[in-house]
Formats: sequence, C-alpha cells, structure tokens
Amino acid sequence: MSTADVTSSTNDQKYEIAHLKLVPKRHIGRMIAAAIVLLILAAIVRAFSVGQIEWSYVRDFLFAPAILDGLKSTLIMTVAAMGLGIILGVVIAIMRVSGNPVLSSIAIGYVWIFRGAPALLQLMIWFNLALIFPTMGIPGLFEFRTVDIMTPFVAAMLGLGISQGAYTSEVVRSGLLSVDSGQYEAARAIGMTQFKMLRRIVLPQAMRVMVPPIGNEVIGMVKLTSLASVIQYSEILHNAQIIYFANTRVLELLLVACFWYLVVVTLLSIGQYYIERYFGRGSKSITASM
Amino acid sequence: MTKDIIVKAVDVTKLYGPFTALDKVSLEIAKGEVCCIIGPSGSGKSTFLRCINQLEKMNSGAIWVNDELVGYRREGNNLHEINDADMARQRRRVGMVFQRFNLFPHMTALENVMEGPVQVLKEPVAEVRKRAEDILARVGLSDKISHYPSQLSGGQQQRVAIARAMCMRPDLILFDEPTSALDPELVSEVLDVMKDLAASGMTMIVVTHELGFARNVANTVAFMEAGKMVEIGPASEVLTSPKSPRTAEFIKAVHS
Ligand SMILES: Nc1ncnc2c1ncn2[C@@H]1O[C@H](COP(=O)(O)OP(=O)(O)OP(=O)(O)O)[C@@H](O)[C@H]1O
Ligand SMILES: [Mg+2]
Repeated sequence: MSTADVTSSTNDQKYEIAHLKLVPKRHIGRMIAAAIVLLILAAIVRAFSVGQIEWSYVRDFLFAPAILDGLKSTLIMTVAAMGLGIILGVVIAIMRVSGNPVLSSIAIGYVWIFRGAPALLQLMIWFNLALIFPTMGIPGLFEFRTVDIMTPFVAAMLGLGISQGAYTSEVVRSGLLSVDSGQYEAARAIGMTQFKMLRRIVLPQAMRVMVPPIGNEVIGMVKLTSLASVIQYSEILHNAQIIYFANTRVLELLLVACFWYLVVVTLLSIGQYYIERYFGRGSKSITASM
Repeated sequence: MTKDIIVKAVDVTKLYGPFTALDKVSLEIAKGEVCCIIGPSGSGKSTFLRCINQLEKMNSGAIWVNDELVGYRREGNNLHEINDADMARQRRRVGMVFQRFNLFPHMTALENVMEGPVQVLKEPVAEVRKRAEDILARVGLSDKISHYPSQLSGGQQQRVAIARAMCMRPDLILFDEPTSALDPELVSEVLDVMKDLAASGMTMIVVTHELGFARNVANTVAFMEAGKMVEIGPASEVLTSPKSPRTAEFIKAVHS
C-alpha cells in the first residue's frame, strides 16, 4: 500500500485488514539456488556410485588396524606439533611485546624465517639434518648421532611445531594487544610482577580473542600432519598409501583417510565451541548478535 | 624524616619529550591524612599519582613511601633503578583506584578483591575470602560478590575497585578521579565509601573535582596547574581563602 493511497482515500474499509493472513516473503532465488545445488550433489553422488569405486573396500578398510594406527599417529602429531607451536607462539609473542630490543628482534627474525619457508621444506631440512651435522651435542658434555634422534616423529614435530609457532605468535600478539592498558596498570598496582600479570590477568583475557584463530590453526594442523608422510612418519595418509601401493585401490583408501580427517575436524569444532564459551565468561555477549 | 610521614615527594619532575608534565612537585602526607589534589585538566595530577606507584618513571626528584625510596636503591653516590620484583614489592604497599575502575572482567567481584592478597601476598585463601567478604559488605555489596564486573553498575564497580585496594591492607590508597566516569546519581555512593575509609584512618591521596568532598573529608588540599604545585595547605584555608589568585579563580569556576 503506498503512502498516496493512505492520504488520499477516505475509505475506512481499507484499514480493516488486521484479520488477513500474513504470507512470508517468497525467496524464489534461494529456492532455485537450492534446487541447483541439490541437482549438482545428486550428479556427484551418482558419478561416484557408478564410477570404478569398490565401496566394499572403503567399508573394509575404514577400521583396518593400519588405518586406525595411522589415525592415532596423526592425532599424536597434531597434539605434539600444535603444543610446541603454542608454547613457542606465546614465548615469541611475549618477547615481541616485551620492549626489550634484543628479545623483540629475535622474535621478529623468528617469525620472518619460519613463516617464510614452506612447512614441507622445513620438515625435510630437519629430517635430513644428519647430512650437514652428522653428530650433535655439546662438545665435552654429550654427543649423539643425528640420525638416531632425528626420527620421522621428531623431525615432523620440529618442522611443523616451529613453523606453527611463527603463525601462532601473531595470534597471541593480537590477543595481548586486545587487552586494555588499564588491565596492565591495575595488575601492576596490586603489586604483580610482569610474569604474574601475564599469567593471571592478561593471557586469560587475551584467550577470548585467541581461541577462534587457534582453533582454526589446530584444525589446519590436523591436515598439515599429512605432510609428514613424505618423511616416512606413519600417519594416516602414509598408511593409506602403503595399503594402496599393495592393492592399487587408490581412491578407496584416500576416501577412507578423508573420512577420518572429517571426523576429527568435526569433533574439534565442537570442542572449540565449549572452550570459547569458557573463556567468554564475564563478557556480556558470548555469541555475537546478528 | 619523622616516623609517621607516609609519602614524601621532593622536586618530582616528569618530561614527555620537550613537554614538562611535572615541574619540581613536592608534597608530604602524614599517616591517616587525606589529601585532595585539585586543578585544571592537563595540570599533571594523574601523572603525579602515577609516579608515586611507579606507573610512570620520573625524570628527576625523589619519592619516599613509608620512608622507603621509591624505584631506586642507593649505592654510594649513585641511585640504581630497582628490578621488576622489587618494584612489585613496593607497589603492594600502595593501593590505586582508577577513573575507569579497571576491574578484571574475567573474575567475579569477590575474585577481584581476593586476587592480590592470594596471588601477590600469598595469604591463605580461606582467610582472604573471609576478609574480602567483610570488606565487600563494608562497601555495601554483600549481595553482589559473585557478579562479574559487566553485571555491575559503574558505582558498584568502583566500590569493588576500592574494596580490591583495601583488601591489600596498603599504607596508602591513591584515587585518580574515582567519580568522574560515573553518572551523577552514582557519585555519592562512592564518595560515602571513601568518606568511611578516611574515617577509619586510611591515608589517602585523592585527585578529584568534588570540592564538597574535599571540604568535608580532606585535611590537606593541593592545587596544581601546568605541572606545578601552586598551593598546598589545610583544606579549609585553600578552599575558602586561597593565597594564590589562580586557585581562587579555579575554585570559583568549578562552583559556577
Ligand atoms: N604518555 C604521554 N605522552 C605525552 N604527554 C602526556 C602523556 N601522558 C600525559 N601527558 C601530558 O601530560 C600532561 C599532564 O597529564 P595528566 O594526565 O597528569 O593531567 P591531569 O591533571 O590528570 O588532567 P585530567 O584532569 O584531565 O585528568 C597533559 O598535558 C598530558 O597531555
Ligand atoms: Mg587525570
């Protein structure tokens, strides 16, 4: 009804519409889009079902011991590399904002190098370290052969963890910057040392800002561990490869690995929700209102 | 120095680049005394308070709190800057209440008040909890102890902040415009708590624009302008018959 109608008309009847049924807006475009998406999905599903895939292999290998072992190794590597990454990230971020020129230069250099070189390349450098340093240790104190300690596990953990630390330090730094300067002052005013202030007051508040991107990085790390397959670390993709080299069922085993990655990522996303809720305590809106 | 001088500041000077924020400011506060610092915006009142508990580093001059030199250690003819741990130790003796409250938002009112004694002074939790509850009751917040700061009004937050300072049992509490961020109807509840605290014998330095509070509660009033301590004296004298024409002008302007 236009404004003109309202002002020009004297007919009272046209205001008596309160009893009429309200029909929601029809989203024709949305319906068409949804229909197209469904069609495409159906086509993909059909392609896979008539394609040369033996679904019985997928089913049989889903819970094969080698696959489950690989899954376990993937999870262990995720925890180890991400743990190292978070520890390094916190330390580097604190060094960066410390105001000490030596420490902050080290932090800047660290991020520059380990964020700059591809993770795959760093992994391979660690794994092949024995080529340039046959032995390692402190002269006179202890010494060992590099090949003995640079196992695929250690090399992958160092390669992934150290490069992750460079990314995570930037997340932590933005978290530290998000905390109001009044919080630092109040903590100092009750006599906290620098360290206690960070641990009790600043980091817990920074966590609220840090958890979503760190959750993102953990999920990224789950998938990044597949890089370790190139240095013979027996994570899930590596084990799937070993199986398909033997039975040539390449796509079936890749789908098996894909399935498990999706399961893990789904569980992690659910965990992230609860962690966010914990660190959001005391803040007014926990979920952004949109 | 006599025994019951709590704060003694001598020729405190603070520069921000070429700008002189504090120009040879001196002050002496005895135990149990309440000193109000008044003065126009930008005159250096906050900067001076922040020098007392080392949130700012002064460029020259010296401050003693409880007869202990603040921020430096004398060795022969040199003054050496103290380290982080010693600085933290000195700050424990001085409470501070901020204009913008600065409560810890991830802790409840009770946790805010307990944080210092438990984490910094390492006192037993049960003992601190009892004391914190008593103090929160004293500032009229018994029913809010498990509220987070975001669930409290400005006046309630500021009273928690005062309780947080009190629970450390400091020798001195500094207040930097504790009521200027509050809605007018919330000002009196905070001033009442401060009045009560003053009556209990706490030594206080209060930067404020509340001349009524200064008149009723302060022993000493100091007027600062452009980084200088223009006038300091007994509250009744400075507020009713100031010696400096600048002080008189300022007081007249605030009242109008
Ligand atoms: N970090 C800083 N860098 C440069 N100048 C500063 C800094 N902090 C304060 N100043 C200057 O020092 C002067 C004194 O500031 P201060 O905050 O002590 O004033 P104030 O008396 O507390 O004023 P108000 O009543 O507005 O709070 C001001 O002119 C201010 O601009
Ligand atoms: Mg100020």
